[in-house]
Parts: sequence; C-alpha cells; structure tokens
Amino acid sequence: MKPPSEIRSRVHNEIVDYIAREILQNARRRIELDQALISSGLIDSFHLVDLALFVEAAFNVRIEDSELSTSVFDSVRELTEFIMERMQDDIA
Amino acid sequence: MTTLVERLGERYRQTPDRVAIHGLTGDSAQPLTYRTLLDGAAWVARDLSAAGVRAGDVVVLVLPHGQDLLMSFFGALFCGSVPSILAFPSEKLDPGRYARSLEALVGVTRPAALITNESFAGEVRGALAGMDESLQILLAGDFSRGQSGAFLHLPDLKLLPDDIALLQHSSGTTGLQKGVALSHHAVLAHVERYASIIRMDAQDVVVSWLPLFHDMGLIAGFLMPLLLGATLVLMSPLEWVRAPHRLLQAVSHYGGSLSWLPNFAFNFCAQKIRDRDLEKVDLSSWRAVINCSEPMRLESHKQFIERFAPYGLREQALATCYAMAENVFAVTQSAIGSKVNVDRIDRRAFEQTHLAESSGAAQRSISVLSAGKPLPKTRIRILDEERSEVPQRVIGEIAIKSDTLLTGYYGREDLSQKAFHDGWFLTGDLGYLAEGELYVTGRKKEIIIVGGKNVYPQDLEALAGEVQGIHPGRSVAFGIFNQQLGTEEVALVAEEHVEDPHAREKLAQTVRLAINRGADVAVRHVRLVPRGWVIKTSSGKLARGANRQKFIEEFFLEDESVRTTQEDAGA
Repeated sequence: MKPPSEIRSRVHNEIVDYIAREILQNARRRIELDQALISSGLIDSFHLVDLALFVEAAFNVRIEDSELSTSVFDSVRELTEFIMERMQDDIA
Repeated sequence: MTTLVERLGERYRQTPDRVAIHGLTGDSAQPLTYRTLLDGAAWVARDLSAAGVRAGDVVVLVLPHGQDLLMSFFGALFCGSVPSILAFPSEKLDPGRYARSLEALVGVTRPAALITNESFAGEVRGALAGMDESLQILLAGDFSRGQSGAFLHLPDLKLLPDDIALLQHSSGTTGLQKGVALSHHAVLAHVERYASIIRMDAQDVVVSWLPLFHDMGLIAGFLMPLLLGATLVLMSPLEWVRAPHRLLQAVSHYGGSLSWLPNFAFNFCAQKIRDRDLEKVDLSSWRAVINCSEPMRLESHKQFIERFAPYGLREQALATCYAMAENVFAVTQSAIGSKVNVDRIDRRAFEQTHLAESSGAAQRSISVLSAGKPLPKTRIRILDEERSEVPQRVIGEIAIKSDTLLTGYYGREDLSQKAFHDGWFLTGDLGYLAEGELYVTGRKKEIIIVGGKNVYPQDLEALAGEVQGIHPGRSVAFGIFNQQLGTEEVALVAEEHVEDPHAREKLAQTVRLAINRGADVAVRHVRLVPRGWVIKTSSGKLARGANRQKFIEEFFLEDESVRTTQEDAGA
C-alpha cells in the first residue's frame, strides 16, 4: 500500500487540476493550498455538484450533498483532508 | 373578489386544515396548514401595525427561504403594506457591496420597515446607519406567536383592487432601483387567467425550489398555488443547487403535478443527478414542467426527457412560457398536454435579414421552441425600429398589452413612462409571431440572464472599474450562451494599464473576485485588454453588442457550441 503522503499529494494534484481545468476553464491557473474556494466565490454554487461528482468518481468515496458547504471544506487543503478521511473510513 | 387578503380569507374559511406548504429542509418536511400560515402572518401584521407600519408603506424582506419569510410576506400584506422580497445575501457576497445595494433601494423606495433575522441585522443596521431615520429594522424572530384565529380578527383594511399589492425587484444596484409595482387586481386577474390556461386547481401539487425574490418563484412557485388552494412543496434554491435530485424525489413523494424551471435547470438535472439518487423515483404525476424565464432550448428539453423518461416522465409534460414581472408573470404559454411546437428557420435569413423563414434543410436551420399563445386578454405586437407593427415571421421587439401590467416602477415615473409606447409595454425582447404563437429569439435590452436571473451589465462594469489598475469606464460586460449549461455566462472585458505579465494575471484574478463578491453572480470569462480595445459609440456610451461581437470574434471560435479555453490574462 502507498504511504499516505503519496496518496495525499495525488488527491491534492487531481483536485487542483480539475478545478483549474474544468471549473475555472484555465489549466494554467494556480490555486493556493489555503485559498478560499467557496466563500470567495471562486467556485460558484452551480459547480459544487460537479466537484462532488468528480471527487466521487476519482477517489471512490461518497459525498453527501449536505457536505457541500464551507463548514466542511473551503480550500484545497481542507477538501484533500476530507477525502483522505473518507478513504480511511472506507478501508476501516 | 378584490384583494389578495380577501382571497386568502376564503382559503382560511374553506380549507383551514389543509396543508398549504410542505417546507422541505434536507430529509425533513414541515407541513404548514392554511390556518397556521395565515394566523402566524396575522400576528406579524399586528406587530407591524404596532411598530407604526401603515397601509401603503413598503416593507422590505431580507430573509432566507423558510417559514419566517412566508409569514412576514403575508403579515406585511395583512396590514395593508406593500411587501418586497429581496435576495438574501450569500456568504460570498461582500457586506459593503450589499449595503450599497440596500442604500440604492432605500433611496428610491423609501420603505417604512425592513424585516431580517439576527444573523444579518448587524450588517443591515450598519449599512443604513444615518440614511433614513424613519426606517425601522425588525427581526422576524421577535414577532409574536399567539393563539389561532388571529386572522379572523384582522382590522378591515378597506383596500381597493387598484392598490399596490407588492413590489418585485431584480438584483444588483440597477435592479433594486426598479421595483415593479403590481396591484391586487393585476395579481388576482393574472392568477385566474393563467390558471385557466394551464387548468390548474386545488388538486394540483406544485413542487418548487425557485427563489421568492424572482417573479417565477413569487407568482408561480408561491402565490398562485396558495391563492388557488393547491398544495405547494417548497425547497430552498441553495439546497436544490447542491442536490438537484431532491426536486425529482419530491415530485415522486408528493405526487407533484406542476413545476416551473429556468432552461438551465433542465440541463442541470439531466447532467448532474446520480442514478443512485433516482431509485424508486416515479415522475408520472408530473403533468407540466414549464420552461420559463430565460431563452428556451430544444436541446435542453431533449436532454431532460432522455434522462427522465425511464422514470415515468412524459414528453408532453414539457412546456414553455414567456413571462415577465411587469405582466405579473406569464405572457404566453404553450398548450398543456401537447408537445411544444418547434419552428425550423433558415439560419442565414435569421442572421442577415431578421426574417424567420421556414427551412427544409436541417444543416442550415435553427430550431426555435415556441413560447405558445398569448394568455386571454393579452395582446402581442412585434415592432420594428420605428415602432410600427411588422407582419408574421419578421423579427422585432415584442410589445404587449394586457390589464395585468405593472402600475409602474415604484418611485420611478421616468422609467415607467419610457417603458410604454402608445399604451404598449416594450419588453426589450426580440421575437416573431407565426401561426398565432410567439417565438422569442433574442433581446434588445442589454440585460444578461444567468440561470434565469437578470443581471445588469453596468453593475458588473462598475465593480471592475473600481479595481486598481483598470481604467474606470472602460470595462464592458455581456452574456455568452453556453450550450452545455443551457444558460448564459458572464464575460467581462476590461482595459488595463499594467506592463508586467505576472501582475496582469493577478489583476485578472482581482477583477474576477471583485465581481464574484460584489455581485451575486459568478463571472466566467475575464479578459484584460490594452487601452483602446473597448468600442464606444460616438456619444461616448459603451456599445455592448459591438464589444460582445468583437470578443467572440477575437477570443472565441465561430461556433458557439465549441468551448475554447479562456485564459484570464490577455493573450
């Protein structure tokens, strides 16, 4: 099994790539680890479902719609941690 | 029957214990009977009167979706005042900006009271400090809740049918200064007329996620079902956008028969709902799903029916409607229970000569969805540039005449006069008539419609112009249709004076965030351009149409269905 740090960086990179390419329509766009995504309006509410569908398909975890909120995640770092926890739960 | 209050009184006496609204939050439902709703509202009315609100005063409501909003709306109505629901600010919205919008509204409308909740009261107080001493800020949580029967003890208001019942605003500084004032007569006559066309009665179950600050949500998704004694299943737009399947599950669970959706919602539902969220969903009770409030696309209907036919949705259930707040709501409606007519017109004639000629060849044609026939006592004319009526199949401005039109834009006699020509209301929309049906093809006015919501480009341009490094007065915003989303996206071009490419990219991000936080809409394409790019008319006004065209030609491929990658900074 891969060490968590490797998985974490894969999750992180895929999320950043998806947000830049699909949501912001700019593959070269850099997104900081702690940059506010939802509360800043960078990702508008119409794209939250897209993000959830992507995360579910890419990392084989389940996200409830009530979890699409700033109280659960508002940055790439928080979303990565959230996914890591879900993956742990699913293994356990 | 002369006023909304009397009509609601009828419901109170005839079916007090019937559920008026099932309010959905997550997996839980809160049923509200006519008695509970209207008694609760009567208590609010008592408190408003005690606070000095008088008949004819405007009462502004800034509340999230929920029982407080519903009761406050009717409470304002029951003391004879004029309620106006504003969008509740989203968390991303810059409080300072919202404050300025509120100031714009207050300056024109002069409300007597503003009802909000605890979480927002501080900001409202800060925003309006020193502006208008007579404006009272009330908290919905403070209203009395008392014995049932309060509705029966409301004082006689002596309202007249021509008195203003409510105001309806679109968002942004510009929209908030343009409140559509509708009389009791207009609302009641319209509800009756529209109900007869869609054969709606007390047996219907309306399922809606539409916001109540928008005409479609306020009339079709709130007042109409209640005035007719039907059942309303209501969820919050914020919840729906995160969980679109809840709409379909609610239709299935409550036997929903009618829904109104903006065009983008057809795409959104078709593309973003998981199979696992549709297990056991049965849509066979849905007799009409009415597409309304932004350009209607055949492709969106196709996607929707393809996705949901396996769950019992019938193709004849898909319908179209052309509506505007200025006519209360609907102007035209396609025949309920029949497939919507599709007109195939020649692309070249449409683009070059403004004619809608029937076309046989599929590859050179555009498919236009009919918006249906005018409602009874509603007339439509198509006008040319000189405002003369044009024949069938000639594209021009849509003008309407009916007895349910607005009383005026509240406090804006100047705008009210300009809106009419010879007794006809000029819609600013473009279209043509063929075989008695209306086809809407575009718009003359420079409004952008994103997901059914009207956005004024000048508000976005002002936000961009305030960013350091952008030339004030040299930004231009417009809408670009995105076929995949089924709605327009906001594009903004701004002239900058920054040399360093890295600083330019940062500047583009700053502009994007300034708009996203300053207006309640996300901007999709931000393009910084050098000085002199933006086209102005000889009188120095922004030529938005010409700039839009230039933007598409320079930065987009010709075919609008092909998406190009947009870089934030200039090429």
